[in-house]
Amino acid sequence: MSRGGARQPYDGVVAAVPVTVPYERYSHQSAHWWVGRAMKALAQASGLKPDEIDGFCVSSFSLLPDTAVGLTQHLGLCPRWLDHIPMGGASGVVALRRATRAVQAGDAEVVACVAGDTNQISSFKNMLTSFSRFSQDASFPYGSGGPNANFALMTKAFMNRYGTSREAFGQVCVDQRDSALAIPFAMMKKPLTLEQYLNARIIADPLRLFDCVMPCAGAEGFLVMREETARALKLPAVQVLSTIERHNAFSADPIQLRGGWEMDRDELWSQAGVSPDAVDLLQTYDDYPVICAMQMEDLGFCEKGGVDEFIRGHTMTCDGSFPHNTSGGQLSTGQAGAAGGYIGLVEALRQLTGQALGKQVPDARVAVVSGFGMINFDRGVCTAAAVLAGPGKAAGVEAAAA
Amino acid sequence: MTAPLARPPRKNPQRRSRVATIPPRPRSRVALAFSARAARGEFQLQVCADCGAVAYPPRDACARCWSVDLRWQPMEPAGELLALSVLDSSTNVYFRQRMPWRVGTVRLAADVSVLAHVHSDVAEGDKVRMIARTDKAGQGVLMALPVEETPHMDDDPQLRELTCSPRHRRVLLTDIRSSVAQALIPMLKESGAAIIFAGLAEPWKQNDAVTVAVADECVQLAELNVTDTGSVRECAASIGHKVDILINTASHVRPGGALDQPLVEARREMETNYFGLLRLLQYFAPVMRSRGADGANSATCWTNLLSVYARSSWPAYATSSASQAAALSLAQAARAEFVGSGVKVMNVFHGPLEDPWYEPVSPPLVTPAKLASVTVKGLCEGLEEAVAGDIATDVVNRWREDPGVLEFELQHEREVD
Repeated sequence: MSRGGARQPYDGVVAAVPVTVPYERYSHQSAHWWVGRAMKALAQASGLKPDEIDGFCVSSFSLLPDTAVGLTQHLGLCPRWLDHIPMGGASGVVALRRATRAVQAGDAEVVACVAGDTNQISSFKNMLTSFSRFSQDASFPYGSGGPNANFALMTKAFMNRYGTSREAFGQVCVDQRDSALAIPFAMMKKPLTLEQYLNARIIADPLRLFDCVMPCAGAEGFLVMREETARALKLPAVQVLSTIERHNAFSADPIQLRGGWEMDRDELWSQAGVSPDAVDLLQTYDDYPVICAMQMEDLGFCEKGGVDEFIRGHTMTCDGSFPHNTSGGQLSTGQAGAAGGYIGLVEALRQLTGQALGKQVPDARVAVVSGFGMINFDRGVCTAAAVLAGPGKAAGVEAAAA
Repeated sequence: MTAPLARPPRKNPQRRSRVATIPPRPRSRVALAFSARAARGEFQLQVCADCGAVAYPPRDACARCWSVDLRWQPMEPAGELLALSVLDSSTNVYFRQRMPWRVGTVRLAADVSVLAHVHSDVAEGDKVRMIARTDKAGQGVLMALPVEETPHMDDDPQLRELTCSPRHRRVLLTDIRSSVAQALIPMLKESGAAIIFAGLAEPWKQNDAVTVAVADECVQLAELNVTDTGSVRECAASIGHKVDILINTASHVRPGGALDQPLVEARREMETNYFGLLRLLQYFAPVMRSRGADGANSATCWTNLLSVYARSSWPAYATSSASQAAALSLAQAARAEFVGSGVKVMNVFHGPLEDPWYEPVSPPLVTPAKLASVTVKGLCEGLEEAVAGDIATDVVNRWREDPGVLEFELQHEREVD
């Protein structure tokens, strides 16, 4: 499908103030509590008062029966721009996309983008049983494996088709674990070896324990504002070079071996004006390593089917040749519900502004953040990606000094 | 190859019976139409009447042309297993108790992908034969089977969860005097039934057919009169905990219209066909319900043999039809009350039987052997509704097409001279 005119750049608008509310394995608190803490952290880090935030965008699975609307009253917000994004792992990039345009068009001055979820003992099961109508009718009755079962089948099909090895998937997990060891609240606290990965207990063949994320509670957020607002507030900020979003792509494929990125990646790179080699760090959505692999291929970092060789040819730690999921990602830090759709974006904002919570990627200038969300029936429906550019290491150091 | 199911050891009465758990039960309203077909063993999916696209999962609007005219149609039950996973983890207790569990993505011949349970004799890349059945939650599911029959394939543990196979199970025939009950005995034996309890009212009144039937080594006589509450209670107290499959063969039928049937006959029909079923349900169903997950020979099916005129009255047999309609209504309620226990309720609808009380009816009558074989096949396949014979099939088809028209038609179908 061809578009009419060229897309407008995201000039004059920035993303700033990455915040993370430290994750906890279980929480008896509500999603509202976690979102509230993220808002507090955004206000503290930016120096903005609640009435200075006139745009609000939220993603959460455990907010029911509330939506973004209920949260305005709950948190005393009076926004003139409000959004609720139910796109799971694609929520972060899509929130950034929406908020950037709102600020650029003058519909809002400062938009707070937040994702947060609680994890009560029965939250995860409750979320799965009522996840979507198709999943209720045609997926959950078949073993109730939840996403483990869907991704086991996708991983199996991917391995059968492209010959991708378990070792390649393992390296993604092992390298992410290295990054996570520097994150104090990460669910996984011990180093992971490839042997441990390969020999872990089976969850849903071919997936083993370390292919799967640990559900937890937590929240992530950031602010979107005009460039001069960020400068006035002395906030180190990141520019949005380009974004893409696609839903229900390649629906005729018998089983998911690719995602919507493949449809839109040419536009992603051409609008950004950079090529994949210019990217200093990549944050993929990582609920399972097969999805990381799919994003590396479909975004154009390597050929389709070539991801095994690509992964084996790189080190993916913060100091490696291809820094990837540099905060440990969900696979090591934990999956805090919808915040899992923000973790990569928030981490990219930190890395590009020299504010890494854990290990800093040296000279991080350009980052790609990719999202993937919502196994509505048998495959992920939502895909999105963004190319971001930071002010450079120097600016981050300046800001930290100030 | 499937390992043959060994005969389960005698149960230790001090051990706790496994609590019945079920797979997820909630479905959208449209998906219930899939379940209703699966209960009859029919593999049907929605097809768009405007553009011909096959819709799955069940939809309210066509994903190709947005038509809302989606019609359930039989599908070619063929496909290919694209990917297989053996689950060792589940959020649902029913599956956790039965790990590992095989699931897969199947590309159907109709060019849609489905998730399905996968038989142990199917490997990734294989062509498969699809079946639709109700699971222990009473909801429709798909299972991928080998295209060709494999040895002991019915003993596959996941398939056995969907069927009510008599193999190694104990069956109660509530009235052995019925010719259908007598025809059922060899067929149930052939299907591997361990014991057949033969219900017999007033056992001092023997006849040749009964003597022959109960002479079989598999058959144990059980004194049972469904018209007598005390008899049903005592029989249930004695063997109720051993009944895995109950087939209600007791029936009382007399020709006659509403205007001329003697009340005494109409009452006897109700006593046997309606109150008899109610008594059996009240004394046998609770213990069956508690044994729905009791190992390889769990309680599994409550079977009613019902006249097809339970669906719509045949005025020539007005009071009989009424008692059968009452029984069907009760069976529907019983099915709802069995939900969650893992015990299915199967209704086998039949037309006029080759039986003295249908003597004046013109053919094609259904033979007791035919009714018995449809019943046993239904158990083996795990159906909740089966239809025996040409008349019953014809009536059921017409009822599904338009029950209002069928009522008009039956007014004139007085085949009795």
